[in-house]
Amino acid sequence: MSADPKGVLTGVHFLDGDHACCEGALAAGCRVVFGYPITPSTEVVERIARRIPTVGGVFVQMEDEIASSIAIQGAAWGGQKVMTVSSGPGISLMMEHIGYAAMTETPCVFINVQRAGPSTGLPTLAAQGDMMQARWGSHGDYEIIAISPNSPQECFELTVHAFNLAERFRVPVMFMMDESVGHMTERVVIPNPEQLKIENRQPPTGPKEEFLAYRPKKNMVPEMAPVGAGYKIHVTGLTHDERGYPVMTPEVQHGLVVRLVDKIRKQRDQICINEEEQIEDAEVVIVAYGITSRVVLRTLQMARDKGLKVGVFRPVVVWPFPEERLRQLAKQVKAFVVPELNLGQVVLEVERIAAGDAKTILVPHAGGGLHDPLQILQVVEEVLR
Amino acid sequence: MEGPNVFAARLFPQDNFFVSGHRACQGCAEVLAVRMVHQVLGRNTIVASATGCMEIISSSYPDTAWAIPWIHVAFENSAAVASGVETGLDILMKKGKIPRRRIQVVGMGGDGATADIGLQALSGALERGHNMIYVCYDNEAYMNTGIQRSSSTPFGAATTTSPAGKQSQGQSTWKKNIPMIAAAHNIPYVATASPSYPFDLVAKVKKAMKVKGPAYLHIFSCCPTGWRMKPELAIAIGRLAVQTGSFPLYEIENGKLEINLPTPELRPLKDYLKPQGRFRHLDDATIAEIELRVQAEYRKLERRQGQVL
Repeated sequence: MSADPKGVLTGVHFLDGDHACCEGALAAGCRVVFGYPITPSTEVVERIARRIPTVGGVFVQMEDEIASSIAIQGAAWGGQKVMTVSSGPGISLMMEHIGYAAMTETPCVFINVQRAGPSTGLPTLAAQGDMMQARWGSHGDYEIIAISPNSPQECFELTVHAFNLAERFRVPVMFMMDESVGHMTERVVIPNPEQLKIENRQPPTGPKEEFLAYRPKKNMVPEMAPVGAGYKIHVTGLTHDERGYPVMTPEVQHGLVVRLVDKIRKQRDQICINEEEQIEDAEVVIVAYGITSRVVLRTLQMARDKGLKVGVFRPVVVWPFPEERLRQLAKQVKAFVVPELNLGQVVLEVERIAAGDAKTILVPHAGGGLHDPLQILQVVEEVLR
Repeated sequence: MEGPNVFAARLFPQDNFFVSGHRACQGCAEVLAVRMVHQVLGRNTIVASATGCMEIISSSYPDTAWAIPWIHVAFENSAAVASGVETGLDILMKKGKIPRRRIQVVGMGGDGATADIGLQALSGALERGHNMIYVCYDNEAYMNTGIQRSSSTPFGAATTTSPAGKQSQGQSTWKKNIPMIAAAHNIPYVATASPSYPFDLVAKVKKAMKVKGPAYLHIFSCCPTGWRMKPELAIAIGRLAVQTGSFPLYEIENGKLEINLPTPELRPLKDYLKPQGRFRHLDDATIAEIELRVQAEYRKLERRQGQVL
């Protein structure tokens, strides 16, 4: 399906990542946004507040992030494509509702323009310290999808994709920007509406009286009934059976939670997007995501100039993690070098996958700035020595 | 010097505990209010401050403006932290670990931290009856993140998340009445104040210090940057807010309401709205509608004058 032309600002623009993200949401068909101001994500909602009424949508500024993150889910069950926008402390407040969205299989997008933490941290400076929180922050077992853009252009394109994935898998999608990407201004090309592929939640196909709100289809995702169309639905954060009614047994708990996890883990191949640079003959592969994946391109260039066999691997979708591809690479390379704007989060996944085949070396950075490409090069050289 | 119109500068407390070297904008009436409040509260004070302008401009090392113990917490919980500090001090005194004396515990926050995200923590603290003062410095929007509407933003004001344009007239809801919400907790003292009336403000802080149990102060804090107005008009605007009935000065002492600056003849609301860019887009019909509501609210307050609520 192509995009609703009303929301698509076709043309060539000069936008920062926050604004591009807003345009991506509108292009994807998002017409309801609940939010709360917090640096460095405020620009997203400021633009939404201006733009969304002109395309027939609504922006509501709520009293806090707790309210924003659950109000969107009310709207999602009301049939809308929804998102909320925040950063570190705000995302922390939303955690209970991210678990709720995973449990109730509510399609929704959480924009997280990451800043340095913990707590108030450095509100105006970049970090990638929320990667593990995005994956594990709420209690219990569940899976989400997390996307990590590295440019304003991607903030547009991947926001559209984030909505598509949320709709296809009925799962909360965490859009893990960071302050640098959010505040970086670049050329953003927004295509014609018919060039954008838009996905919507699968409506029921069978007769109304046989409809079960949580009976999975072949892709492990249940159909989502439009509200008011006469289908029986029951939405609850309690463990529920296929009808949606709470059932307090280990069997139903097992069936439900395993499906919630498997619908993402076992369909990774449909979700993962990776980028690879000069990886064919690489002896060392730098694994980087978000803004760091641009910093390491300079490292790559310097390394290649020196004749070092180095490549770059970038998971564009970070969660679920591209296990299969990385396992292949682990057999080919000597080592993975993982620079992150945190003290070691995604590196743990790389290490787990590469264990026994290749070394994994973290290049940590507590946030507040970006890595120096030279610093990463030194680590690469040391590995190759 | 108990009345709002009495001027006796030499009677004003002289010692400052919120000192120069902060980074507030030109004409910031909020920072003026903070300074005045702490001139009265004095040295034996501990402050728990929510995230906001006052935190950012006063505490960046090495430029702290606080000459008294001060803690920054998160956005939603300065009232809860003040509750904890007050309880902790009480226990230490009970156990004889520190000498028993009066230490004033103060929670402070802006309108967002008080009326929106922190309302739950405030309500909890008032209900539990901690011996503390909570001060809300109301500049009628989230100014620290760059002028977003709050539930304390007045009807019609343009902010970045309630923009004025073809589809919207700015803020579409009426200002939340936090002082009355605080009063509904049956606490011993609630008052509104404004740095444009310094002696009234001083008298109210003194009263708040004297009561046993929680006191709530709601202080009008003109923000020239966010209200899009000339900084030199900050004090005048504060006076116009009172004279037009937009921000009446009153106190509720043990449930009894007293308007401190009765204004039977309210000035036309236009006088107050006109100098402010945030109201520039309003047409006469909308201004008349707002004026009707503002005056009705003021008359409601007048009818309760002297009554025990």
